[in-house]
Amino acid sequence: MDLVLDGLIKAYHLISGLDPEVVAITLLTLKISGTATVVSTGIGIISGTVIALVRFPGRRFIVAMVNTGMGLPPVVVGLFITILIWRSGPLGSLGLLYTPAAMVIAQTIIATPIITGITLSAMQHLPEKLRLQILALGATRVQLLLLLMREARLPMLTGIMAGFGGVVSEIGASIMVGGNVKGYTRVLTTATVMETGKGNFALAISLGIILLVLAFAVNYTLTTIQQRKTP
Amino acid sequence: MYRLTTKILLLIVIAVCAAVLPAVAGKKDVILATTTSTQDSGLLDVLVPAFEKRTGYRLKTIAVGSGQAMAMGERGEADVLLVHSPAAEEKFIKQGFGVNRRIVMHNDFVIVGPRSDPAGVRNCRSAVEAFKRIALARSLFISRADNSGTYVKELSLWKKAGASPEKGRWYQETGLGMGQTLAVVNEKQGYTLSDRATYLALRKNMDMAILFQGDKILLNIYHVIEINEKKFPKINGEGARAFARFLISPETQKMIGRFGVAQYGSQLFFPDAVK
Repeated sequence: MDLVLDGLIKAYHLISGLDPEVVAITLLTLKISGTATVVSTGIGIISGTVIALVRFPGRRFIVAMVNTGMGLPPVVVGLFITILIWRSGPLGSLGLLYTPAAMVIAQTIIATPIITGITLSAMQHLPEKLRLQILALGATRVQLLLLLMREARLPMLTGIMAGFGGVVSEIGASIMVGGNVKGYTRVLTTATVMETGKGNFALAISLGIILLVLAFAVNYTLTTIQQRKTP
Repeated sequence: MYRLTTKILLLIVIAVCAAVLPAVAGKKDVILATTTSTQDSGLLDVLVPAFEKRTGYRLKTIAVGSGQAMAMGERGEADVLLVHSPAAEEKFIKQGFGVNRRIVMHNDFVIVGPRSDPAGVRNCRSAVEAFKRIALARSLFISRADNSGTYVKELSLWKKAGASPEKGRWYQETGLGMGQTLAVVNEKQGYTLSDRATYLALRKNMDMAILFQGDKILLNIYHVIEINEKKFPKINGEGARAFARFLISPETQKMIGRFGVAQYGSQLFFPDAVK
């Protein structure tokens, strides 16, 4: 119990004293997971909408793939990406291994199915008649699409939050493709594991607390947007 | 609608590429594959910034077991190794994966265990005898089991002791680094073989003691190996040479000798490159 208390006190000191290393790690975490979430949101919302609205052969298979992808194990993603981008791999000449870019790619692959899946189910849950009604009022296809997406924006935001939560807390892929290089690819989760290995439990706990606070702050912002009274 | 989505998808792909490309590693990056003991003891926290400051390279440290570090070297995924598994290293050099193997420093392995010492290791004359007693008493022993230099040393000790512990329920494998394994050992109050540096760095959190030390067989030697540039043209050979030179330079050797003295009250690594 002392340890948790120590961790809390240390976290307070690290945050209030703006410890430069912890600040840098926190900002990097936010940058990497934030970029991955933004990219996944773009891909996920578009593909989720397309899969929900368009009928095409093999659709059921794709939906099952997306649903499986929502539980994609990060270590498996990390392993495959590592094999693809290491020097002797097919994409080796890009020199991506142990860079933040590699982490963004891995996290994007993890978050995209989550956002796609939730968008997909949100769009499918819209009443069938809504579509007909909008079309009957003379909307163009683009207008129809935008209106439907607007109707489904609340669950879509949930999807974005789930995607961000998934990647910011993920460690398996980050440590494999990022390598936990100090000041470059060391993020909150990988730093926590390393400090635990070094026996610096108070520091590890405080990094964990900072991660929780960060996740809460991002989700609180998104929730505020989500729960806003519609104009 | 298909066209629109295709266009948007294309735009996203381009945006991602644009964001990613500037982050591509330059020739200034050196990848060091090393053992967990150099990271968990905190030595790298001292050496890495000094190297980067002195040479302008960025050192990417991947701390894994010596076995995995050499496996990375065998694929040309690392530029330079700092490892402690002599027999495997010699094989590595013989197979042409590495060049310029040079001694950097040493410390020693110690047998760590519960203060009550249920197997009676304290009064043993040799490390082999200590291992025999642990096997005989069927006392809990926690093994790294990760192909690290420490694990290789542990296996050779079991072999010399004539014991095959893998089948015993008293023998447990973690597959983790030294720091995490010591945490498990502390929780379960078992025996383990540890390098002295990691043990000293973690001692403050543990209720364990060094029960056996000082046998010649327990010497733990660290070598730096540059990966063979002729075999793997993609590696950063110049960076690797710079790091090896840095490690064996007199100033760095002094730094290694001083490391940990103030913090842990005893020297953790003994420099060997400058005699």
